[in-house]
Amino acid sequence: MADAEADIQAVARVRSGEVAAFRVLVERHSRAVHRLAYRMTGNAHDAEDVVQETFLRAFKRLDDFEERAQFGSWLHRIGANCAYDLLRSRSRERARRFEPEGEDAVPIEQTVPSDAPGPERLVAGAELRRRVDAAMERMSALERAAFTLRHLEGRTIAEIGEALGLDASAAKQSIFRAVRKVRAALGGAAAWTERAGA
Amino acid sequence: MSDGLHLGEEDLVLHYYGEVGAPAVAEHLAACQKCRAEWDALRAALDAVRADAEEPAAPDVERVWSRLRPGLEAARRRRAWPRAVLPPLAAAAALLLAFQLGRHWPGTAPPPSAAPSAADAGGRERILLVAVGDHLERTQMLLVELTNAPGTRARDIGPEQQQAEELVSASRLYRQAAVQAGEPGMASVLDEIERVLVEVARGPETLQPAALAQLQKRIESRGLLFKVRVLESRMRREQKKEAPLSGASVS
Repeated sequence: MADAEADIQAVARVRSGEVAAFRVLVERHSRAVHRLAYRMTGNAHDAEDVVQETFLRAFKRLDDFEERAQFGSWLHRIGANCAYDLLRSRSRERARRFEPEGEDAVPIEQTVPSDAPGPERLVAGAELRRRVDAAMERMSALERAAFTLRHLEGRTIAEIGEALGLDASAAKQSIFRAVRKVRAALGGAAAWTERAGA
Repeated sequence: MSDGLHLGEEDLVLHYYGEVGAPAVAEHLAACQKCRAEWDALRAALDAVRADAEEPAAPDVERVWSRLRPGLEAARRRRAWPRAVLPPLAAAAALLLAFQLGRHWPGTAPPPSAAPSAADAGGRERILLVAVGDHLERTQMLLVELTNAPGTRARDIGPEQQQAEELVSASRLYRQAAVQAGEPGMASVLDEIERVLVEVARGPETLQPAALAQLQKRIESRGLLFKVRVLESRMRREQKKEAPLSGASVS
C-alpha cells in the first residue's frame, strides 16, 4: 500500500512539473522493467535500450496514467510493448539481410542432437540453456513476446493481449506455437513422453 | 485440439498456465494414462525452461537516470505550451482573425457589430497575427520533424501526436474564421493542415516505417510545407504592417 502511495505521490510531483521526481519511479521500477526487457530480448544491451524507451514513453504518457491503477502494472505494459517493438524491428532487420527466422529457420531438430540427454539431466546445465536459446531464437517476435510474458512474467492471456495489442485468441495461438518450439528444442514430444512413462 | 478421447496439447498448455478453457482437464488426467504421460512431458519441458531462466543483474539506476534525464527534459520542453492556455488563445485569435480578414481583404464578411475602438483593434490584431503566425510556425516545425524522420525503424511519435492534438483545435478555429471571412484559399490550406494533424494525432503512437513513409509522401505530394510557409510569411507581413499602426495608437 505504502509502495503504491509512493508511486502516486511521485506521479503527482512529476505532473506538476518536477521532472526530478521521476527518478523515484525509476529507482522503484527499473529492476522489474529491466528483468522483463532482458527476458524478452535475450541480451543486456537491448534490455538497457528497452528500459530507457519504457521510462521515456511512460513520462510522455503520464497524463494517461489513472491513479486507481498500479503504476508498476501500467509500466510493465509499456515495457512489454517497447520490447516487442524492438523484437519486431530486429526481425525486420534480419528479413532485410535475408536471414531466416521463425518457421523458415533451420528445423530445430537439426540444431539439437536427437540422442541428447533428457530434461532432468539438462536442468541448469549449459546444454539446456543452449536449447532454450535455440527455441527462443526460432520464435517469431510475437511468439517470443507472448511466451515470455506468459511463462516467465506470469501474465494472463488477457493481459498479454492488452500489452501486445492482440485479441485473446491470437495471444493463445502465439503461446501454443512457442510451446511447440520449446518442446521440439528440448528433445521432442516422443522422447519426453517415453521418459515420463519410464 | 482434443480428439474427443484424449486431450490435445493446447488443452494441456492452458491447464499448465491455469487459464480457463479446460475445466475438465484435471479430471481427465486423473483417469487417462496416455494423457497423463503427455502432461508430464509437457510440464517437465516447461518447468525446465523456467528453472533455466536467469535473473539478470540489477540495472545501475544512476546510469539509467543519467541517460534518461536529457530525454525527459526535452519531452517536458515540448509540453511547455500549456494545454490550458492554448485553446483560449486560439479561440480569441480566431475571433480576431475573422475581424482582421474582414478588414484587410475587401468583399468579405462584415466586422462584428460591437466594433472595437481603433486602439483596441490595433492591439488585438497584433495579438492575432502573432498567434496565427506562431500557430503556423509550430505546424511547420511539426511537419518538418515528421518529413525528416528516418524511416529505417519504427518510431514513437507520442510527442508529435500530443503537439498535433493541440494544433488541431487551434487550426479548426482559424479555418472556421477564414471561411467566415470569405478567405477560401486560406481555409483550404488550413483544412489540409487539419487533416494531416488529425491523422497524426489519432493514428498509432508507434509508426512503422511503411506508415511513416506514407505520411511523409502525403505531406510532400500536397506541397503542404510550402503552403504553410507561404501562409506564415503572409501573416508575418501583415504583422509587420500592423506594428507601426499599433505603436502609434499606444503612444
